[in-house]
Amino acid sequence: MPREFTPKVVTANTLLKGDVVYLAADDSWTPHLALADILTDEADADLRVLDAQARAAEVVGVYLADMTPTASGPEPTHFREDFRRTGPSNYFHGKQADPS
Amino acid sequence: MYTYTEFDAAFVAERNRQFRAQVARRVDGSLTEDEFKPLRLMNGLYLQLHAYMLRVAIPYGTLNARQMRQLAMIAERWDKGYGHFTTRQNIQFNWPELADVPDILDALGEVQMHAIQTSGNTIRNVTADHFAGAAADEVADPRPIAELIRQWSTDHPEFQFLPRKFKVAVTGSPMDRAVTLAHDIGLRIVRRDGQIGYQVLVGGGLGRTPMIGKVLHDFLPEEDLLPYIEAVVSVWNTIGRRDNKFKARIKITVHEHGIDDIRARVDARYALIRPQFTGIDQQMLGAIRNDFAAPVFRVAPADNYGAVRAADPVFRAWADTNLSEHRAPGYSIVSISLKAHGETPGDASADQMRVMADLAERFGHDELRISHEQNVILPHVHQSDLPAVHAALRAARLATANIGLISDIIACPGMDYCALATARSIPIAQEIATRFDALKLEHEIGEMKIKISGCINACGHHHVGHIGILGLDRAGVENYQITIGGDGGPDAQLGDRTGPGFSADDIVPAIEAIMQAYLAHRTDASETFLATYRRLGMNPFKTALYGEAEAAKAARRKAEAYVAA
Repeated sequence: MPREFTPKVVTANTLLKGDVVYLAADDSWTPHLALADILTDEADADLRVLDAQARAAEVVGVYLADMTPTASGPEPTHFREDFRRTGPSNYFHGKQADPS
Repeated sequence: MYTYTEFDAAFVAERNRQFRAQVARRVDGSLTEDEFKPLRLMNGLYLQLHAYMLRVAIPYGTLNARQMRQLAMIAERWDKGYGHFTTRQNIQFNWPELADVPDILDALGEVQMHAIQTSGNTIRNVTADHFAGAAADEVADPRPIAELIRQWSTDHPEFQFLPRKFKVAVTGSPMDRAVTLAHDIGLRIVRRDGQIGYQVLVGGGLGRTPMIGKVLHDFLPEEDLLPYIEAVVSVWNTIGRRDNKFKARIKITVHEHGIDDIRARVDARYALIRPQFTGIDQQMLGAIRNDFAAPVFRVAPADNYGAVRAADPVFRAWADTNLSEHRAPGYSIVSISLKAHGETPGDASADQMRVMADLAERFGHDELRISHEQNVILPHVHQSDLPAVHAALRAARLATANIGLISDIIACPGMDYCALATARSIPIAQEIATRFDALKLEHEIGEMKIKISGCINACGHHHVGHIGILGLDRAGVENYQITIGGDGGPDAQLGDRTGPGFSADDIVPAIEAIMQAYLAHRTDASETFLATYRRLGMNPFKTALYGEAEAAKAARRKAEAYVAA
């Protein structure tokens, strides 16, 4: 039996700075997971990730990351994605230090 | 220390120029990421979890004050004000931006440093004993031969596309502070009948399939070493597996073929290539050796050292743990701990780097070393200067008196930075250090090496930790496996797994349980943890971790296995 498609977001690292970004609904890249477009349809997700991978001048390492939809936006289902959305836990250096 | 020749300087400058053009072509779209990735890796540039990471080589861990200050400048100007010293005697910058990397490489080139071959399937940075040239127990300084190997391997046309990376370590001391048994090739300088030669070890390594190296040649004359190493790498390059990344290391080749078969192949290859080495390498080695001539050691009284030691308990505690015996009378080797309780193991701020550079210049004959244990060494300090050195280190929060103790933990960057990691290492190290500092048990426990890796690749050397901790992903949750009884010394051995792993919340209490069991079972304070483990085996520690029932089960299994055998 095919596995049920679980909600996902498209994520990548920016080419120039290497920082983590997410694909928003308007196809722009946002550093904030809360603003990421959550994808619940597998065919749509496949297309969005292919389109994103083609934007090689903007980003590197595009992939789909599992998320749980919540009222305040997508929430990571795995701790790796949780660290990616903030920054390292030993310094206040990642997005946790970003006032915007 | 080694000084670049005109050729070296021109070579590094040309490589940097090439890379600058490659970055420009990646940014303007002329190169795809697939085309660019191997080029950036050839220059030590990785893409990690949150940013790019640049790995800079510190060959055999040796650098001078000017180089350390340049690293501080890079940390401040192009990174976030700190650098991370690694178990392979490199420094990693965790936050550079792609377009700045060519400028960083040029800045490194200004002080005779580079990032070449710090990544990729090639011969990596050659490591050596961090007390080289200073230790009282040293047979000979390992750095000249390490430098010769570095020059020979850099851009070696035959060895740029090996089956996998290849790591060489050299020790000049029987105490083996370079962990030679856990390297692809380990070299031990030995003296037999008054002659200096090399014991060649091969096929050691940690990672997914940890193995202790085997003796390939017991005593090789110096003039034969380079062609012999070339024969070893050449044989592996030919027969090493390329079908499976996880089986592509020489340790697997040695395991699958057997050491005798490998020796026969190496001997055959050696016979073929030996005539090509006409002695130029030995001339070069002679010139290199001049660069590593020992400084002129001062003959002066060190009365104030004894006086301060007697009067100041803080200085005495630091001296007891952080000083090692120097070969020159009146001198000591100073280990500067980058393991302040609660800080990130191996990290130094730009300001701290400058303090260490100043101390090296003022009191240490302009020499610094990076240890594979992620600390910094001032190899030559006169004992009369030790109080001043300690005071300066204390002011910079660099005087933690814990070298070789439970908080002197090796920890890889783990999932806080590394794209390969399956769990975090740094917070576990931080919590262990702060817990045992609070318990005031650190000195009571004595010699203790805890090593933590955030994944099976074992960058934190957990297999050879007295206590090893391996972070894994168990169904989306960080889980930590414990091994005990590992040792990275001259008779290196791999640790034994205790049993099921622990959650991030439970791992520090588990380490405390092991320590309490050790304190309860040791014969007296002179019996180290490792000695207690070797005397008693796993049982008391298993009981401490999992309770009596699990320990009884393990003992029964062991007895059954013994009977069956």
